Amino acid sequence: MAQLLQHLINGLAAGTIYALVALGYTMVYGVLKLINFAHGDVMMVGVYMGYATAIGLGRQAQSSLWGVALIFAAAMLGCALLGFFIERFAYRPLREKPRLTALITAIGISFALSYGFQLDLGFKLPLPGGYELSLALPGASPRAFPEIIRPTEWLIIGDRDVVIWNWQVISFLIALGLMLVLQYLVYRTRFGRAMRAVSWDHRVAALMGIPTDRVIALTFMLSSALAAGAGLLYAIKDTSVSPLMGLYVGLKAFVAAVIGGIGNVPGAVVGGLVLGLVEEFVVGYAASTWRDAVAFGFLILVLLVKPGGLFGRVAAEKV
Amino acid sequence: MSEQVKTLGERRSFPGLLTVEGLKVQYGAIQALRGVSLQVGQGEVVALIGANGAGKTSTLRAVSGMLKPSAGRITLGSRDITGLKAHQMVPLGMAHAPEGRGIFPNLTVQENLELGAYLRSDTAEIQVDMEKNFTLFPVLKERRRQMAGTLSGGEQQMLAIARALLSRPKLLLLDEPSLGLAPQVTETIFRTLRDVNAAGVSVLLVEQNAHLALNAAHYGYVLETGEVVMAGPGKALLDSAEVRRAYLGE
Repeated sequence: MAQLLQHLINGLAAGTIYALVALGYTMVYGVLKLINFAHGDVMMVGVYMGYATAIGLGRQAQSSLWGVALIFAAAMLGCALLGFFIERFAYRPLREKPRLTALITAIGISFALSYGFQLDLGFKLPLPGGYELSLALPGASPRAFPEIIRPTEWLIIGDRDVVIWNWQVISFLIALGLMLVLQYLVYRTRFGRAMRAVSWDHRVAALMGIPTDRVIALTFMLSSALAAGAGLLYAIKDTSVSPLMGLYVGLKAFVAAVIGGIGNVPGAVVGGLVLGLVEEFVVGYAASTWRDAVAFGFLILVLLVKPGGLFGRVAAEKV
Repeated sequence: MSEQVKTLGERRSFPGLLTVEGLKVQYGAIQALRGVSLQVGQGEVVALIGANGAGKTSTLRAVSGMLKPSAGRITLGSRDITGLKAHQMVPLGMAHAPEGRGIFPNLTVQENLELGAYLRSDTAEIQVDMEKNFTLFPVLKERRRQMAGTLSGGEQQMLAIARALLSRPKLLLLDEPSLGLAPQVTETIFRTLRDVNAAGVSVLLVEQNAHLALNAAHYGYVLETGEVVMAGPGKALLDSAEVRRAYLGE
């Protein structure tokens, strides 16, 4: 029983992170009908931005409350900017081209980021006053992510039967907070209405006076920022960061989005949580080597029974 | 190609609003419009009739900025609006209720209507217009919390018109409002259209049903393979032997 509870907690903590990344896939798919395969790699870049900020802050400052806030802010803003540029210069010129073209471009950006970040490139820029600004790509090997949240046991039940760590709680709360903000934004604001209109039909949305290009760009920025937040939570959990983490986490989150029904916002959250729980139970009760096989097997199963995903609807058109 | 347009009767004079000159639209190798010229005056209802594929919908789309014309000039009021994007046309007083109604089935009726007023910030006035719309189409008030996708075809058409009116347009472009609707529903919609026009909104109407359209319109244009071939007051076109033979099945 205690074991079950422990797995439930671990699964939910992992699941919320998947859910945040899955939300990005689903929002971009919603407005553009594009599977943004570079999404996981944008997340990876965000983690490195957070990593660089943490190193820059130093050991003392990085784990203070404002330090953590700054790390998240830097990563999320940086990623929003990256998302903006990717949409503006890679996807927008292909908007009216066949969808396959954009999809292949997305895969190209994914590889460019994940393998580009493995290059050994760097330069030093002398600054006035004897300082030096050094910029460098991180290189191929994984690095330890600094402990910006020092792991402590937050709650212990029984004789260490169930242990809840502080980072699990914090991560869960941050993820939940971001999801609530998103939910509010999409379903309660003027921008959200515009986004949902664009997602149905961007040509008709423009007839309402909605600047569709701007809505699409903002959606990209939003989904990239969420990915950066999720990536940092993942890095805190995993205590490491590597240029290939985006491919792996991104693929899992994509699975979560498809399980929930891609394009559906609540579906992405449920898909993420379900996937997190399924993986945790496989690791806990079977063997960790089976984790990925079961995750993808579960995807196949869901698609066999409900091809549109758990929350997806196969659109019926009314004439 | 204006010399080929057969013009019947006298046009009642309205102050100018929309002027389209030599409009051409190209879909790849296919030329959908081959130089369409037409006018809509302030307070006028103008009908575009013609067979399937004559270019009626393409004309509306080019006027509202959904399509980029390859040649020609469009002016609204005194302003050249050729080549503007669709979302830039709305603040100038253009509203387009597109073919197939174009409602957002994934949003509620209320949200659809609010999108019609997307660019307006005069909250109190929007509320007034919302109520006006609910007087025109009481059924929308009953259903305002429902998803728009659950409405019947006629209700969707009403929603499309009501939504377009919420931007407070000077000119309403209306594409096939009678499509797929029962005769009584069509009648309701056309009656409302007269009220809308009486309130000062000009209408450019595309209709398959020539009889209906020409009865409602002050003036009409007949389109054939991307060109205007005939023009005249609605009544005059209805009486013309050619129109009766070609479009009224007599």
